Amino acid sequence: MIALFKRDVLLAFRSGGGFGLALSFFLIVVMFVPFGVGADLSLLAVIAPGILWIGALLACLLSLDRIFQHDFEDGTLDVLATSPLPGEAITGAKAAAHWVTTGLPLTLAAAPLGYLLNLPSEAYVWLVASLLTGTPALSFIGSFGAAITVGVKRGGLLLSLLVLPLYIPTLIFGAQTVTRAATGQDPLAAWALMTGLSLFAVAAMPFAAALALRVNLR
Amino acid sequence: MSLWKYANPAKFMSLSGRALPALTVLSGLCLLVGLVWGFFFTPDDYKQGSTVKIIFLHVPSALMAINIWIMMLVTSLVWFIRRHHVSALAAKAAAPIGMTMTLIALFTGAIWGKPMWGTYWAWDPRLTSFMILFVFYLGYMALWAAIEDRDTAADLTSILCMVGSVFALLSRYAVNFWNQGLHQGASLSVDAETHVDNAFYLPLLVSIAGFSLLFVTLVLLRTRTEIRLRRLSALQIRGVTP
Repeated sequence: MIALFKRDVLLAFRSGGGFGLALSFFLIVVMFVPFGVGADLSLLAVIAPGILWIGALLACLLSLDRIFQHDFEDGTLDVLATSPLPGEAITGAKAAAHWVTTGLPLTLAAAPLGYLLNLPSEAYVWLVASLLTGTPALSFIGSFGAAITVGVKRGGLLLSLLVLPLYIPTLIFGAQTVTRAATGQDPLAAWALMTGLSLFAVAAMPFAAALALRVNLR
Repeated sequence: MSLWKYANPAKFMSLSGRALPALTVLSGLCLLVGLVWGFFFTPDDYKQGSTVKIIFLHVPSALMAINIWIMMLVTSLVWFIRRHHVSALAAKAAAPIGMTMTLIALFTGAIWGKPMWGTYWAWDPRLTSFMILFVFYLGYMALWAAIEDRDTAADLTSILCMVGSVFALLSRYAVNFWNQGLHQGASLSVDAETHVDNAFYLPLLVSIAGFSLLFVTLVLLRTRTEIRLRRLSALQIRGVTP
């Protein structure tokens, strides 16, 4: 399981395009917001929490199909499925690798991007905290969507349609954490709920993803 | 005598074939009585005027939108546990009906909302939850349409339905957390103190019965169509030419 995790992380780092793309996409989304709504700093400060969260979420979404797609096409998944490793461990390790190569960099990049959007200074800690504990939920829920659509040719759009509704609670609690911190309210309740949700996703989604993967490998 | 007997497609076809005419008449009758009674023979509300009468469309469709998803969840579980094809097909047949009910509820709500709340749409938790439910229906139907192999499609959609149910429920409470509501509380309750006045309550019940029967009729009809489609393609595979 650890070997699989290391392999996936290494592949993402070395294969080019996997690792930096999500970050670049995040940067571009954040950059486009002032183009769309104008460079009014007070307005940007109001919408910054939502934009940062939606940007991170979309960047995460775009890299989801990489979790299983290549391994499904070249047969690695079949080999893994016949190995003694249980399916849940495979999906769990792959989702964790996705988080390390996507969610973690996005979290680190969020603070400077928050500065670009004039995020109030009290909110930085909570922005990083909410993304740090919230992006695992995005990776693990997303791995379930990726497992379901792995057999579908050109399933990218379908994957978005299936996964985005599942992201709603995470997005609400995550963006609320930052918004509340930015407006001087107590963000702890929202953050705790989101972290709970994230833990639930980490615990439960590998099972659902493995179930879907087994159907697709049948 | 057990319910599982009707998991046999042939038994299901013969029973549903016999039940359909009666169900069609009954649902038409209930809808006619409920809606005509509701629209023309109930008093106007002292605050809302005649706009209150949209309740006879709004509440039953909203109720059905949620219950159809629950029905899909149950049939998905039955498919997953006992592998009865009729069950999977019933879930597939129910989804577009549920989506339509969600749309009816959203539209009638919007029509009522304009004169009463002054807006067609507000980001109220209940309204938002329904929008989310609508998106869940869309994803579920898209997944059915995207996968060619039938058993794979049935398996994956039922997994999606189970996982989606958990997240739909989570979303419902998350939006409560996110925004305060405009929408009034429940219209229906067994407790006579809290539900709407009897003048509205009785036709509303008839209307709800009509919507439920309509759903049963439609879902049986659509499941029968799906079974016939399968039989047809099975014949084609065997090389039978019409």
